[in-house]
Amino acid sequence: MYDNPLTKRTAVTHEVKISARGVNVFYGENRAIKDVDVDIEDKTVTAFIGPSGCGKSTFLRCLNRMNDTIDICSVKGLITLDGEDIYAPSIDPVQLRAKVGMVFQKPNPFPKSIYDNVGYGPKIHGMAQSRADLDEIVERALRRAALWEEVKDRLSSPGTGLSGGQQQRLCIARAVATEPEVLLMDEPCSALDPIATAQVEELIDELREQYSVVIVTHSMQQAARVSQKTAFFHLGHLVEFGETGQIFTNPHDPRTESYITGRIG
Amino acid sequence: MTDIAAGPRRLSSTETVRAGLGRRKRHQIMLQGLGLAAISFAFLMLATLVGSLVMTGHKAFTQTHITLDVYVDPAEIPAAGLPRGGFRDVMTAALAERIPGVESRAELRALGAILSNGAQFMLRDRIVADPSLIGQTITMRVPVSDPYDQLKKGLIDRETPEAFRRVKDQEIAWFDTLMAQGAITEPFNWALFRNADSRFPELAGLKGALIGSAWALLVCFLISFPLGIGAAIYLEEFAPKNRVSDLIEVNINNLAAVPSVVFGLLALAVFLGWFGMQRSAPFVGGLTLALMTMPTIIIATRAALKAVPPSIREAALGVGASRHQVVFGHVLPLAMPGILTGTIIGLAQALGETAPLLLIGMNAFITSAPSTPFDSATALPTQIFIWADSPERGFVSRTSAAILVLLTFLVVMNALAIFLRNRFERKW
Ligand SMILES: Nc1ncnc2c1ncn2[C@@H]1O[C@H](COP(=O)(O)OP(=O)(O)O)[C@@H](O)[C@H]1O
Ligand SMILES: [Mg+2]
Repeated sequence: MYDNPLTKRTAVTHEVKISARGVNVFYGENRAIKDVDVDIEDKTVTAFIGPSGCGKSTFLRCLNRMNDTIDICSVKGLITLDGEDIYAPSIDPVQLRAKVGMVFQKPNPFPKSIYDNVGYGPKIHGMAQSRADLDEIVERALRRAALWEEVKDRLSSPGTGLSGGQQQRLCIARAVATEPEVLLMDEPCSALDPIATAQVEELIDELREQYSVVIVTHSMQQAARVSQKTAFFHLGHLVEFGETGQIFTNPHDPRTESYITGRIG
Repeated sequence: MTDIAAGPRRLSSTETVRAGLGRRKRHQIMLQGLGLAAISFAFLMLATLVGSLVMTGHKAFTQTHITLDVYVDPAEIPAAGLPRGGFRDVMTAALAERIPGVESRAELRALGAILSNGAQFMLRDRIVADPSLIGQTITMRVPVSDPYDQLKKGLIDRETPEAFRRVKDQEIAWFDTLMAQGAITEPFNWALFRNADSRFPELAGLKGALIGSAWALLVCFLISFPLGIGAAIYLEEFAPKNRVSDLIEVNINNLAAVPSVVFGLLALAVFLGWFGMQRSAPFVGGLTLALMTMPTIIIATRAALKAVPPSIREAALGVGASRHQVVFGHVLPLAMPGILTGTIIGLAQALGETAPLLLIGMNAFITSAPSTPFDSATALPTQIFIWADSPERGFVSRTSAAILVLLTFLVVMNALAIFLRNRFERKW
């Protein structure tokens, strides 16, 4: 992917996976997201960039209803996944989160074995009929997360004993094990060293073939490297959304330009 | 920013820092000294307490015994009359064998008083178990009565004028003769753990109290552990955070601070008064202690649940675990060491608790160990209370010994709690 200059990146349009209209998020009185409209495409990496505290994580967590777990947080507006309102009363957030997986900023494997980390999601969703099924699911997920070769001989050792980069890939494997359609990543590389970061970025690029990936990042280089679409948030507003190449080379909004050139942030 | 302008100012600021340095150092030394003094004082008090307990208590861990060749006279103990018989007279006769010249009834009675009141019953039990011993001469080692135990241990001053002494000159002479014959020994006092309470110090033991305490603690654990954890999980993980839950929280914290005697009164009114439960029963004691232990367990459990990092909850929620799967599959197992530590500390508190047990009558005089939690019994702290209140000299050292036993249990429990915490504590 590195030999694909930004400006030459072809703008292939995929169908819309997630669509948000007029989304507002409140933490009590504090309005953290203000009237955000965005369409997130399938088989595309969409990057959320913006200065710290602008609401990237908040908006990301709306997409799998993780904000439900925060008592004071309320989400207004319409968010659809494949045209279905994910905040509709008929939607169970538990099922939604199996379809919309999430990887967090700090690698957070369960203090269990590598196998159990990956197998946990499929197990609770009843995706495996037998131990052999589960073995297969775990292997597939670990392969997809480019971790299989490194851990296949020690599946029963604790996940917390892996290196930081391996832990994060384990978390990615855990997320893809439930066969999600969308993968949300909140600054997945911020706790990793450059080599591990490069591995995870490469992985993200591969995951794009199957999933719609949304990645929050504070590193503009990273956004430029891995994403096809970029959304720039500022003070709760979605300031600009478009092709990554266009955002980085020819931003329309002066705030985007200031941020890209390092004047705010 | 010329160097000339910056130079002196920088110098003066370092000067100020240096001037303050001495003062800061003095403060630090003073603070350290104070801390050291406080700790030394605490240690001194502890050493004094334990030291004085050991000084008086260690004597109760041995008991003076006398070994006698007893002729089981069929005239006194006919096989047909069992379990009745002149066991006391037979024992006294065996003793008189060793001290020639004791003839009169009064003298014989005084001589017989060397033996513990329990000696005749030991003989009886042995004969009843094996009647073929009648007519034979058997060797028995029996405890001596309390005054002679005191004499042997040097707790009775032979220099005191005879009128003020509990053992008279004649009796001391008898005892010295027995000593010279090698009949007197002072082995480990197993009775302290094998016997239940008794009016006679040389026979009194902690068995009833130990078993009573064990039953009470078991009942306390079985009630307070599940209820406490359940309440804590609900409050911490599921209850909406509002006025009502705040109110409950404040009340639970208050409950943990309520003096234990109040729980005793409550138990007296509710368990004994309304429900008509049995007095002195370890079951009721356990219920009462559970009232006190539950707030401790709730608070410890909530703290342990809170200490599980949110990242683990997020991870589980993120793959689609429901809230109860998150709690029971991830948070609770991780919090378990903390919960167990808190529970053990709560139970250790309950073990040492006296006032509520006094109020429900667990300070009764009961000479047999309870076989169910519904039998009357004492507990360790109430047994200490009873013995401390007993006039016999022998109970002085036994009270200290019982306190040492209780302290040992407390130390073991707290050490277990610390071990659990260190062994399973997780660094995030
Ligand atoms: N749990 C929370 N409770 C209250 N306010 C929050 C919470 N999480 C985030 N916020 C607020 O929402 C705003 C956006 O935060 P966040 O989405 O974390 O920003 P970003 O991820 O872009 O750095 C911030 O002003 C932050 O203070
Ligand atoms: Mg963030």
